[in-house]
Amino acid sequence: MPGFDFSNHNRNAALHAQGVPLPKATSTGTTIVGCLFDGGVVIAADTRATSGPIVADKNCEKLHYIAPQIWCAGAGTAADTEFTTAIISSNLELHALSTGRKPRVVTCMTMLKQHLFRYQGHIGAYLVVAGVDPTGAHLFTVHAHGSTDKLPYVTMGSGSLAAMSVFETQWKSKMTREDAVKLCADAIQAGIFNDLGSGSNVDVTVITEEKTTLMRGFITPNVRVPKQRNYKFQKGTTAVLNEKIITREEISKYVTVHELKDESVAATAEAMDVDQ
Amino acid sequence: MSAMFSLAPPQGGPGYSFNQTPTTAPSGQRQHGFYPYTDNGGSTLGISGADFTILAGDTRSTNGYSINTRYAPKLFKIGGEGSDNKGARIVLSVVGFAADGEALKERLDTIVKMYKYQHGKPMSVSACAQRLSHILYNKRFFPYYVHAILGGLDEDGKGALYSYDPVGSYEREQCRAAGAAASLIMPFLDNQVNFKNQYVPGSGTGHDLKAREAQPLPQPHVEDLVRDAFTSAVERHIEVGDGLQMMIIKADGIHETFTPLKKD
Amino acid sequence: MNHLPQAWGRPRDEVYGAYDHSHLQTSGPTQHTQQPIVTGTSVIAAKFKDGVVIAADNLASYGSLARFTDVKRLRKFNSEVVVGFGGDVSDMQYLDRLLNSLDIQENYSSSEDSLNAKNLHTYLAKVMYKRRSEFNPLWNHLLIAGLDADAKPFLASADLLGTTFSAPTLATGFGSALAQPILRRTLPDEEAVAGVDKEAAVKLIKECMKVLFYRDARSLDKYSIAIITKDGVELKENEKLENQSWAFAETIRGYGTQVN
Repeated sequence: MPGFDFSNHNRNAALHAQGVPLPKATSTGTTIVGCLFDGGVVIAADTRATSGPIVADKNCEKLHYIAPQIWCAGAGTAADTEFTTAIISSNLELHALSTGRKPRVVTCMTMLKQHLFRYQGHIGAYLVVAGVDPTGAHLFTVHAHGSTDKLPYVTMGSGSLAAMSVFETQWKSKMTREDAVKLCADAIQAGIFNDLGSGSNVDVTVITEEKTTLMRGFITPNVRVPKQRNYKFQKGTTAVLNEKIITREEISKYVTVHELKDESVAATAEAMDVDQ
Repeated sequence: MSAMFSLAPPQGGPGYSFNQTPTTAPSGQRQHGFYPYTDNGGSTLGISGADFTILAGDTRSTNGYSINTRYAPKLFKIGGEGSDNKGARIVLSVVGFAADGEALKERLDTIVKMYKYQHGKPMSVSACAQRLSHILYNKRFFPYYVHAILGGLDEDGKGALYSYDPVGSYEREQCRAAGAAASLIMPFLDNQVNFKNQYVPGSGTGHDLKAREAQPLPQPHVEDLVRDAFTSAVERHIEVGDGLQMMIIKADGIHETFTPLKKD
Repeated sequence: MNHLPQAWGRPRDEVYGAYDHSHLQTSGPTQHTQQPIVTGTSVIAAKFKDGVVIAADNLASYGSLARFTDVKRLRKFNSEVVVGFGGDVSDMQYLDRLLNSLDIQENYSSSEDSLNAKNLHTYLAKVMYKRRSEFNPLWNHLLIAGLDADAKPFLASADLLGTTFSAPTLATGFGSALAQPILRRTLPDEEAVAGVDKEAAVKLIKECMKVLFYRDARSLDKYSIAIITKDGVELKENEKLENQSWAFAETIRGYGTQVN
């Protein structure tokens, strides 16, 4: 069966009616913007993800890949922006393969709005869709209920008003690439510093006819200050109440044990940030 | 089985939809649509040492997702001379609903000033602490929506720190964090000030292991802990930031410092 | 339609729920302000090196209806202070009366010094806090602009809950989301105030009024602006927005697939 699994719906509705609160989703209480310029389009986003008043991720990615020349900035429920852009990206790839043409931004926007309209706003994805296709550079917004807008500059998320204040004072028609990138970065920074739902860094994607440039961490105005003290514990500080040693011989009764060579151990993908 | 869902409306079918409009008008007196409280965010913390007490608070004031101002102090000197409280020896910190905090500070300050005027000597911290408890409990059924921390030096010159709940329950403590990021800061303080969950390495095995004993920390050490607590809270709580105001109460008076914090 | 004539022409219960007749109660407990009725939108203000600039548009809305288009929401007090009112207009007029009687009382008193902006802010904040504590709030957000006792620029706010705060720039309502980011760019902190002169501050405020007119659906292009310095108050109540730009609209065609 394709689509969502609704088998827990009745149970959850009953629980909700009895006052059980809904689970708290990670939301990208966000500032995202987009702006057309002469020869392309630029979108930008902040990198804070929140769960209520707590920062869930200080450096998350809100610029999503749809197609090589079509990218999406997402606000709203993190999971919804992630999965909605992923499924549309997948379907758009199949569509491009079957037509043998480059995918168009309007196609992407239409697929997104039809998907979101079907779910009547329950999929909380608020998107800025931007891209360049054979018909030119395009910029759209798509709301969770399925409405769309086509404007030369757009903002979305909890910091949309702060970002819009920058566009409304500095935007001009027929901008250069550099001007548009600067304007979008300034708009995001207005969100970062004036809206509590937005914070950390500025990510920017520039799409032109020739290529797409993703500038992750384009501006990092919120680097953490070094800590005053060192919080490394002396070895043996944590109490060990119980110790049990299981030898290889014993465990071999239940599972097969292979000896790993040092060189066969894959490198850690991302090292954790720890006190030295 | 039906008893499990006894709170569901008595209707046929799946009658627990929260989209259902009520078919009867609410009976009885209409409720006021006005809620007299708001949360202005921010966090405070206090740590007492052998001969000093440190109180600290961030200076951001929020309303929902917007910042009212980047500089609104949460620390107030109590009972000095004149409006700038010269020569004060007691500091009150309040976090929660700022208007209640302001009203509470104003009342306590007036009382402590009147005490000195009437008795010719400054009020002791312990007396001030109990008085604050009474002020809070007096509004038991329309509380001051604040978490207060009171700091000073006791009769022996030792650091004294009192923390309160909104309705006046209070306790003298070594350290306390309050406000939005209290749940982030307090476990750090438990571990680093009272050495909770720390044992002396090699002092035994299993349950015989000796817990590391808490002792009063030196002032520079405590200042560093306070700064680290706040720079960390700023990283993970959206309502904390902009500036850090610290007041250090010592025998020779109150020393005040201000450190900028991240503004995002 | 059903067989009961009293139900004809009324919103259908099964669609809208039963009508709550308690809205129409004539007897019963004293009614307090539970929601604003006729409202004014944002008030914005910024300090500069010699004083404060404050502005508010001249619209009073009745829900989504632009009801009165010449309502003055900046009020001068004793020629040194200006109070800007956001929120309920009837509560604003009550406060206006209260300030009139305060002014008269002050003029008859033997005190040498007149009330400055800081004094007036303390007074108004206490009025607001007292009324909220009686569950009978004055549904306003006020900005008080002027000079303090040391003749330094003073700007602070008080709202219906009695919450007070001060900053180099302030804005109420929609302005706190739209105008504050613009204002904070020029005036990020108290130190920046010394570097801004009167002309720059007025230009900044006018820019913000323009953005608010673009994006606040309850706003107007007619506004009042006041400049407070040690030389007194310069209050203009019939300003019109200048240099609006609608260039962005030229290229817009439809909302999606439409072309030309």
